[in-house]
Formats: sequence, structure tokens, C-alpha cells
Amino acid sequence: MIKKEKMRVISSRQVAKDTTEMVLQNTYISETSVPGQFLHIFLDGHTLRRPISIADINKDRQTVTILFKKLGDGTEQLAKVTEGMLLDVLGPSGNGFDMCLEEGDTALLIGGGIGVPPMYSLGKKYSERNIQVVSVLGFQSKEYVFYEEKFKELGKTHIVTNDGSYGAKGFVTDVLCKVRGFDHYYSCGPIPMLKSVKNTLEGKRGSISLEERMGCGIGACYACVVPAQTEEGYKKICSDGPVFDVLEVVL
Amino acid sequence: MMNLEVHLPGLNLKNPVMPASGCFGFGREYSQFYDLGKLGAVIMKAATGEARLGNDTPRVAETSSGMLNAIGLQNPGVEKIIENEVPFLAKYDTAIIANVAGSTLEEYEFVASTFNEAKDVCALELNISCPNVKEGGIQFGTDPYMAAKVTEKVKEASNLPVYVKLSPNVTDFVSMAKAVEKAGADGLSMINTITGMQIHLPTQKPLLSNKTGGLSGPAIKPIAIRMIYEVKQQVSIPIIGMGGISNAEDVLEFLLAGASAVAVGAANFTNPFICSEIIDNLPSTLEKYGINSVQDAIGKAVF
Ligand SMILES: Cc1cc2nc3c(=O)[nH]c(=O)nc-3n(C[C@H](O)[C@H](O)[C@H](O)COP(=O)(O)OP(=O)(O)OC[C@H]3O[C@@H](n4cnc5c(N)ncnc54)[C@H](O)[C@@H]3O)c2cc1C
Ligand SMILES: Cc1cc2nc3c(=O)[nH]c(=O)nc-3n(C[C@H](O)[C@H](O)[C@H](O)COP(=O)(O)O)c2cc1C
Ligand code: FES
Repeated sequence: MIKKEKMRVISSRQVAKDTTEMVLQNTYISETSVPGQFLHIFLDGHTLRRPISIADINKDRQTVTILFKKLGDGTEQLAKVTEGMLLDVLGPSGNGFDMCLEEGDTALLIGGGIGVPPMYSLGKKYSERNIQVVSVLGFQSKEYVFYEEKFKELGKTHIVTNDGSYGAKGFVTDVLCKVRGFDHYYSCGPIPMLKSVKNTLEGKRGSISLEERMGCGIGACYACVVPAQTEEGYKKICSDGPVFDVLEVVL
Repeated sequence: MMNLEVHLPGLNLKNPVMPASGCFGFGREYSQFYDLGKLGAVIMKAATGEARLGNDTPRVAETSSGMLNAIGLQNPGVEKIIENEVPFLAKYDTAIIANVAGSTLEEYEFVASTFNEAKDVCALELNISCPNVKEGGIQFGTDPYMAAKVTEKVKEASNLPVYVKLSPNVTDFVSMAKAVEKAGADGLSMINTITGMQIHLPTQKPLLSNKTGGLSGPAIKPIAIRMIYEVKQQVSIPIIGMGGISNAEDVLEFLLAGASAVAVGAANFTNPFICSEIIDNLPSTLEKYGINSVQDAIGKAVF
């Protein structure tokens, strides 16, 4: 169930160019969140909240971690929020990933840019359950790369940059051919990336996490719909997603 | 205790606060936050004759002190709404107002007469002001003759009281209000969103896929107040006021300008508890300004 909670900022630090990692403490949110869900964050002076994925969950410390990139006014303002301050948050919002794999299986995680954060909490959960994790992470260029070490702790990790300034050059799809044998793929990133991942991995089972501009963030306003292969013909990203089976929605 | 009640055609409200159409769905999602029975009424999302899928995304954009939306009247159609949504809302002790939309006179009549058969719907809000669909809606909202015509037809098609929701996107708003009053409207609902646009700098193109959208939120409040104040002087049917309300002071301002009840839209997105919090704060706000009841405040700035 979504609640409106106050979350205390435990730490905020820059982890890459324009990219902030923020650890937030709250009992309810940390106890109920699952990988793939997001927080809908209020920012003073803004009519609309900002959706940000949950990138890590620590039940012992009662924290969740978010990672976000400065893109406009809102994320700029969020990056200025400092330790000790309280954030007004709706969460946990949306549904988590279908964690259908079992011990011995392999999960392929494919994240692009600000689509990388939700992949981390999923990979961590899976690796705790002894599921193999292989990650392919795409960034614009070297200075934007974050969490490489953390993903490496989970399993084999391929970094791709658009300009080749770090890791392989190109797009995540350019290295997918190097990954052999996986049971389910999970992907989050810009729509063009998700489309080409879907095409490249046609026939494989997969889940994708979608982004769209939101109004309410709870399923009431129909701002965030995506065409779907269902009787109604659409799904709401905020409440039916943001995670979908790759065959369920029309990209 | 402060008396918050208001009595309008078809609506005996325990307080004057209701969520605005399109900003509260059919109540389900907000019912996880508080008891909807607390609300004076709920205005449901627009209903059309058949299901509509709405516009492509992006459908919303944030603006200074507000937002643009171009949802495009997405809804499952009047029959499904009566079957699946009205019974849910009817479980709560609150008045249900149905928002009626369409592209043709016949569609408006069909939707209105279908709601007439449904029990539990107390009143109709006749939406002749949606700026976000290509054909329809808006031509009824910008021409006094057409507005009167659709009001008459809907009054004939249904026994429920009809509150006509007017578009602010006209030059002579007062004539529109007078025309629908003459055509038999039981009340007015105002204002709907104001047409606007945002250009997305990275793509250098309009951000919304519909290009234009309706502006709502605090940015439009002074416009709504001015229009209500002007209409109140010329028209005698009651007004449900809306446009940028986000706290109890705003509600009082609308009442003073001439609204008999108010609806809260975009503020539900900022804070899902907003309607409930406004209702809690209304008595002390009225008291602070020496007002004894909601009824006492209505139109006080006008007369
Ligand atoms: C489910 C979900 C999870 C997300 N997770 C993350 C994350 O973990 N890390 C991260 O950096 N970003 C994430 N995003 C994107 C993030 O929400 C936007 O970058 C952010 O809202 C931009 O706000 P702004 O004020 O800085 O930008 P502006 O462009 O000024 O924002 C204007 C408006 O557009 C909306 N908007 C702009 N871009 C996006 C976008 N890509 N997606 C959704 N709304 C947008 C804003 O919320 C705001 O309402 C996620 C988006 C969604 C939908
Ligand atoms: C996302 C959204 C959807 C809306 N949908 C409808 C609708 O279906 N029918 C309608 O009459 N008005 C609709 N409106 C207009 C509101 O009911 C209200 O008149 C307007 O938003 C002004 O109030 P506000 O400033 O409090 O939001 C919508 C507004 C928003 C923001
Ligand atoms: S943002 Fe309102 S329905 Fe998804």
C-alpha cells in the first residue's frame, strides 16, 4: 500500500557527473519496498512530484537508496537537499519486478543511464538468492559511469559508453551478443533502448521498466498510459507498472 | 461547531469541498488514503458514450505554479462507469456527480439519459469545455447558441440537476453563463482549464503530444476568481468554483467571490490528502475571518 511518509536524508553524495546517490531512512518504506518500485517525491514549489526508482533497500538500517541525474529544475533542487532534511514521499509506488528465477538460473540486467538504478536492487536481491547475475550497463560517457564496482560484486558486468570513452563503445545492444545463456532479462532505460533490446533478444523472456511523465502517480489521472495487448488496450505505468512483461506492452 | 453545509439543486452537501473531474479518477485510488465519506461530493472523471483511449503521451507537463494536461477524455464509456465505478463510490456517504462529455448532441443526450437510469448519481456536470479533444466538446463551450442547445437537450434527457461546466477560453464568458442559465441549467461549474502550450527545449518542439493542453493549478486561480465574481453579478443559479485551489484560504476566497461549493483538481497530485486536509482546516479559517458558516461567505465580496 502506498503511504505518504517523511523520509530522513541520511546521506547525499555525488557518484558521477550530475548524478547523486541519496540514502533515505523510513521504517515503512524500507520494510515494504521491493526492487522495481519507485518513490514519488514532493519538491517545494512544484505542482508535480518526481518519480525516482528505488535502487537499494536495506531493511536492517531501515533505508532505501535512490540515484538520480540532474535533468531539470526538480532533480537540481533534489540534489541540493542535504543530510538530516526530510523529504515528503509517496511510496512504495508501482509494482516490483517479477522475480521468477530460481537458484542456479541466470538473470541478465540491462540498464541505460538513469535506468541503471532499479537494476541494482534487483541484482542484489537475486544474488542473495544464489541466482547468477550478468549486467550490461550503458552510459553516455566515462564521467557518467556509476556503481560499476557494486555491480561487479554481483557478477559479470559489461560497461558500454556511447562515445567509447570507457568500456565498450556503442549501445548496450552491441554487447548483448557477448552474453550467453540467461533465463530472463530485465531492462530499464530510454524507450529507443528498450525497443532495440526487445528486438535483439526476441524470443527470450524479459521484463522491462518504463518511464513516462506522471500526474498523480497512483493510477487516477491517466497521464502515464502505454498501449497494451489487453482488452482495454492500455496500461497505466504508475500503477500497473512501471515493470511489465516485454510482450504485454506496445513500445 | 461551524456549519459547513450547503444545499444546492440535487446536492445536500455536508461541506462544500469535492475533488474536480479528471483529477480523482473514480475515487478508488484516493480511498486508500482517507475515507471518501468525508468529502462533500465526488465529481467523477468524464464519461463519453463509448470507451475512449485518449491522446498519445506525453499528456502532462509541469509549469510555473501549475500544470498542463491533454489526457483526451480517456474513459471506459458511460455504461462501464455505471456498472463498475458508481457502485464503489456509492458505498461512501458522499454525493456523486457525473461529468458528461461528448462530441455530438446525440452523444451528450445518450450519456445524460444513461446516467439518469443509474441510481446513486445525484447530479450531472455537463462538460462543454474540454480543450483536449479534436472534434467536440469545445464547440459547445464557445458558442452561446450551441451551449444553450446542448443544455436544453441534456435537461430533456435527464431528470438530474445539470451543472454546466464552462470554458474560460472565450471572450465573453458572462454571455455563455447567461445562455445556459436561460436554457435551464441548474448551476454552473467553473472554470475548466485554460489552453496553453510548452515547448520542450531539447527537441525544440511542443512537449505535449497533443501540442496544446489545459492549464490548471495555482496559476489560474486569479482568473477563476475574477470570472466567478463577474458571473455571480449577472446570474442567479449557484456556482461550483474551481481553479488552483490548494488550501482552505483559497476555498474561502472562492466562496466570497460567489461560489457555493468548490472543486479541487491538480492539488490532489501534489498532495493526495489535500481535500481531507482542506475540510479539516475550513472551520478555523472561516472563524479566523469572522465568518459564521459556509452559507454566510457565499458571494460576500460581490454584494
Ligand atoms: C518510474 C520512474 C522511475 C524513474 N527513476 C529514476 C531514477 O532512478 N533516477 C533518475 O535519475 N531518474 C528517474 N526517473 C526519471 C525522473 O523522474 C526524471 O528525470 C525527473 O522527473 C525529471 O525532473 P526535473 O524536474 O529534473 O526535470 P524537468 O524536465 O524540469 O521536469 C518537468 C516535468 O517532467 C517530468 N519528467 C521529465 N523527464 C521525465 C522522465 N524521464 N520520466 C518521467 N517524468 C519526467 C518531471 O517529473 C516533471 O513533472 C524515473 C522516472 C519514472 C517514471
Ligand atoms: C489531469 C486533469 C484531467 C482533467 N480531466 C477533466 C475531465 O475529464 N472533465 C472535466 O470537466 N474537467 C477535467 N479537468 C479540469 C478540472 O476538473 C478542473 O476544472 C481544472 O483542473 C481546474 O482546477 P485545478 O486548478 O484545481 O486543477 C482535468 C484537469 C486535470 C489537471
Ligand atoms: S500518473 Fe496518474 S495515472 Fe499514472
